[in-house]
Amino acid sequence: MNTIYILWLRQMKKYRRSGLRMVLSIIQPLVYFLALGYGFNSIFQQAGRGSYIQFIVPGVVAQTILFTSIFWGANIIFDKQFGFLKETLVAPVSRITVMLGGALGGATIGVIQGIVLFFIALIFGFHPYNLAGVFTSVGFMIMLSLAMVSFSSGIGAMVNDMPSFMAATNFLVVPLFFLSGSMYPLDNIPGVMKVIASVNPLSYAIDAMRSSLINQSHFGLTTDFLVMSGTLVVLFAFSVFRFTRIEA
Amino acid sequence: MENIISVQHVTKKYKEVIAVNDVSFEVRKGEIFGFLGPNGAGKSTTIKMLTTLLLPTEGKLSLAGHDVIKEQHAARKIFGIVFQDPSLDGDLTAFENMQLHAVLYKLDKRMAASRTEELMKLVELWDRKNSLVKTFSGGMKRRLEIARGLLHHPQILFLDEPTLGLDAQTRNLLWNYIQQLNEREGMTIFFTTHYLGEAEAVAHRIALIDHGKIVAAGTSEELKQQTGTDNLEKAYLELTGTSVRDETLSGADSKKEAMRRFMTKR
Repeated sequence: MNTIYILWLRQMKKYRRSGLRMVLSIIQPLVYFLALGYGFNSIFQQAGRGSYIQFIVPGVVAQTILFTSIFWGANIIFDKQFGFLKETLVAPVSRITVMLGGALGGATIGVIQGIVLFFIALIFGFHPYNLAGVFTSVGFMIMLSLAMVSFSSGIGAMVNDMPSFMAATNFLVVPLFFLSGSMYPLDNIPGVMKVIASVNPLSYAIDAMRSSLINQSHFGLTTDFLVMSGTLVVLFAFSVFRFTRIEA
Repeated sequence: MENIISVQHVTKKYKEVIAVNDVSFEVRKGEIFGFLGPNGAGKSTTIKMLTTLLLPTEGKLSLAGHDVIKEQHAARKIFGIVFQDPSLDGDLTAFENMQLHAVLYKLDKRMAASRTEELMKLVELWDRKNSLVKTFSGGMKRRLEIARGLLHHPQILFLDEPTLGLDAQTRNLLWNYIQQLNEREGMTIFFTTHYLGEAEAVAHRIALIDHGKIVAAGTSEELKQQTGTDNLEKAYLELTGTSVRDETLSGADSKKEAMRRFMTKR
């Protein structure tokens, strides 16, 4: 327990000391929110779908979390390069502990970024459906962040160099994001896209957040929860497995 | 004297290379043991297997009677290690690096605090305890790593080329600490080095590894006698030849090396 805490604390300290990076990582989703939100708002309204700004907030909050979390594994690569990983690998602690401490740190950072964006959206006039929904959505933010951080840590444990890591994650992050219903409703899209979106776990995370924040749902909250739980379990297991196989 | 490190018929094969080939040796409790050999001879691979970072393909290794594969956790509590490359977190302070180590080894909080102070004073870094490690010089980092490696009172201290890249003053200082620790606490020291003068001066016993095999073992006097030479450097060259070796890096290491070059270029 103590070990997980100190490894989590390490990530928090590093995050706090990262200075400008903290601010910069919020800029990209903020641009998406403002440019697309205001850009498409009138068309979306003309189509009779209500406010696009309302619609897109859950999507960009999820995007912030996705982007922060899926590149988390880069920290594992850095720990390999700069040697710190060896310090944890020779210590009398299990690999699950090492993985979990770092992953919880990454997930916390992802959720913080998501919440910061949520507050910025509030300033720009976003209004959530009710308060309970806000808490529910935070629950899903945690699940999404943990799932993506686990996945990314697993990849980080597998590869030893940054170019391979970036190739693997970049390859995944764009389709994950654009084929998830983050930017558009899933009900009237072509069949193929619908199939892809329905096997994309991010779709369920976004749907859950949209459901809890603005009361619009495609799959239903229970389905969202079940799919997210399953995804989290599988990706967490994958990461633990990859961690137990690291050799220095 | 009882053996604290035992290596029996250990082999490590990578896809195309045999890094360590049927190596056996013992280190006695309280000994300063020098493990020497040319680049790529299998020194680091052996240390990695002893410290649970690599699994041997064949053979048995044990530390203070604990099998390093079957009783990994027990074996890990026995040693401290100073790696060839730094393994500190540069974004944390020196003190935080020590603190983290104390928690990883489940040390009692109050005891860890006093030991941290004592060790950091010993390596003359106590007044820099709140500085980020990335601001430290190579020698300071190495000293901090030694302090950290000693925090949990290990019975064995592994030092993989501890003096590489350090100036003569720092090297001298380090060996003084290490000899003190050995004498005062009876700590067993297992080290590798390319500075044969150092090995001759401090090691009680030496093993020479070349092409993955132990080619000679004994005190530096014995090695000199065996080869009819008058210093360890000559004995070493007599035993391992004068041709220059190309180091074959293991898979992970070669990628790391490529990465390091990539990072420093930018």
